[in-house]
Amino acid sequence: MTKISPVSTLSAAPVSALQPLVEVENLTVKFVSREATVNAVNGVSFVINPGEVLCIIGESGSGKSVTMRALMRLLPMNKTRIGGHMRVGEHEILKLTDRQLSTIRGSTISMIFQEPMTALDPVYTIGHQIAETVVRHEGCSYADGMKRALELLEFVKVPSAERRLKAFPHELSGGLRQRAMIAMALSCRPSLLLADEPTTALDATVQIQVLVLLRKLQVDMGMSMIFVTHDLGVAAQIADRVAVMYAGRIIESGPVKDVLMNPQHPYTRGMLASSVHSATRGEDIEAIPGSPPDMRRLSSGCAFAPRCAYADDACRAAIPPETVPGPGRTVCCFKAGATALAS
Amino acid sequence: MTDMSIGNASLLRLAEEEAPATKVRSYWQMVGYRLRYDYVTLFFAALIIAIVLMSIFAPWIAPKDPYKTSMAFRLKPIAFRDFWLGTDELGRDILSRLIYGGRMSLLMGLVPVVIATFIGGTLGVIAGFIGGSVNMMIMRTMDVFYAFPSILLAVAISGAMGGGMVNGMVALTLVFIPPLCRIAETATTQVRNLDFVEAARASGGSTLSIVGTHILGNVLGPIFIYASGLVSVSILIASGLSFLGLGVEPPNPDWGLMLSTLRQSIYVNPIVCALPGAMIFITSLSFNLVSDGLRQAMDVRM
Repeated sequence: MTKISPVSTLSAAPVSALQPLVEVENLTVKFVSREATVNAVNGVSFVINPGEVLCIIGESGSGKSVTMRALMRLLPMNKTRIGGHMRVGEHEILKLTDRQLSTIRGSTISMIFQEPMTALDPVYTIGHQIAETVVRHEGCSYADGMKRALELLEFVKVPSAERRLKAFPHELSGGLRQRAMIAMALSCRPSLLLADEPTTALDATVQIQVLVLLRKLQVDMGMSMIFVTHDLGVAAQIADRVAVMYAGRIIESGPVKDVLMNPQHPYTRGMLASSVHSATRGEDIEAIPGSPPDMRRLSSGCAFAPRCAYADDACRAAIPPETVPGPGRTVCCFKAGATALAS
Repeated sequence: MTDMSIGNASLLRLAEEEAPATKVRSYWQMVGYRLRYDYVTLFFAALIIAIVLMSIFAPWIAPKDPYKTSMAFRLKPIAFRDFWLGTDELGRDILSRLIYGGRMSLLMGLVPVVIATFIGGTLGVIAGFIGGSVNMMIMRTMDVFYAFPSILLAVAISGAMGGGMVNGMVALTLVFIPPLCRIAETATTQVRNLDFVEAARASGGSTLSIVGTHILGNVLGPIFIYASGLVSVSILIASGLSFLGLGVEPPNPDWGLMLSTLRQSIYVNPIVCALPGAMIFITSLSFNLVSDGLRQAMDVRM
């Protein structure tokens, strides 16, 4: 008897279309150690509808990966304080027991990692590693798990899948390894896929292949996805909505086109201006002056104020509240309107 | 598989070509293939098998009774009448005693290492995986044992507990636990923070299953390699204990003990006196070289 169904019927678990799949409200993550407390995430809220792709953009240390790991409670328990409220499907993430967590990890929510080199165990074959996840969640036999692994490898367009099933990770190229990672993540039809910079470690041509593949699989399976990146081009390629993070807060969010075409927050604008695409040859790229704030000692005002050309005393005194400049958009800046005019 | 809901192959033009049509070998086929051309390892593996068989079937192979003394034929040279390898200071047949002595020496070489691998490996993996204060407690305890040279520690422990084979084995086990524990701890600490452990957690693995598959899978290799190297050390230290009168008790045949008692006759009959030492040397060398060869053959990353 086999419980597994062919991959061709893969689709995410049905969720009522009216209710968002993911709701995160006022999420805070603190890393506590003897020396200091690092405020990695400071009140992040977002919702994701079924079948929607949210791209979280931000520079290193802005809290984007931490937000995602918090969603799966992958952060080390003894050093982390998570506050707020997170819901995925019918699961209240912060109220789950360890056993329940194990059940939803890999089946309801699954994750793709940045480094395909280290995210696969070097001593087991690709097929074994995919089958392991399938067996764990579907309770089928190992042979059925392997059969499913083969289907999955074909599903993610790995050429000569049968032979690759028995290959060790070091025998595959980076692109193939990342496809194997994707196959593993999709093995139990997750309704939410978390992708932590899955294309950063790949070269440009492979990167676009993996992106197109991911987008296609996401549409075919109707799953939602959170895609973390610091590459605006990648975000434009794959996202429905984007959220820009800075110092552990979402400072601007909205539909991808609106945010990238008409940024409201000075940081988003600075980031867009510093991308290579618009620059003429020989001209210096506009960089945002200064460096990201120290997450151990955040000021009481807007975290971007020290680097912002438009900042005044009001910015340094209080954290700007969320305003809604357009449909489906949010921005946290006192100067949102003014800076748009100034440009 | 053809009805897979992905059409439009042109959309996903793949740079990866079909894999070249080489024969795919399974893991063990690959190991076998590598070993087949490693003549050194094969030769010494055959030697180990021969020594083990010799020890197991000693009563059938040994030409004479290893305990039968003879005042008339003391310290005779090689090929004296039917004493092919001569006799010792009590007129006992050296060849028979060497054959029987393998039993003790192999036992003393293997048993402590196996037990120490199990105990030290478990402690090391626990210390490495949990980390923090547990790690601190286990590893600092090990460090205390580390402070003494291994042979001194073995002598001290078996000296305190009294001689005898079992006490000797216990002493050797205690000596080997700290280095094996440290190897296991180091390997586990390295593996624990790698992405695939987090990936396994992200795909729903429980702590136990992660330790059982992903940690052990990566840690067992280094532990086994180190342990197989310890077999020869164990034989040597066991011989040393017997030599000092702390291990096997006379008149039981044991290579170390034989070497110790024949030492006094070294000016009378040097070649015969060196024979037990030669056996220890050959056995240790074989275990070392075979463990080295196996390490190379079994590494999947090569």
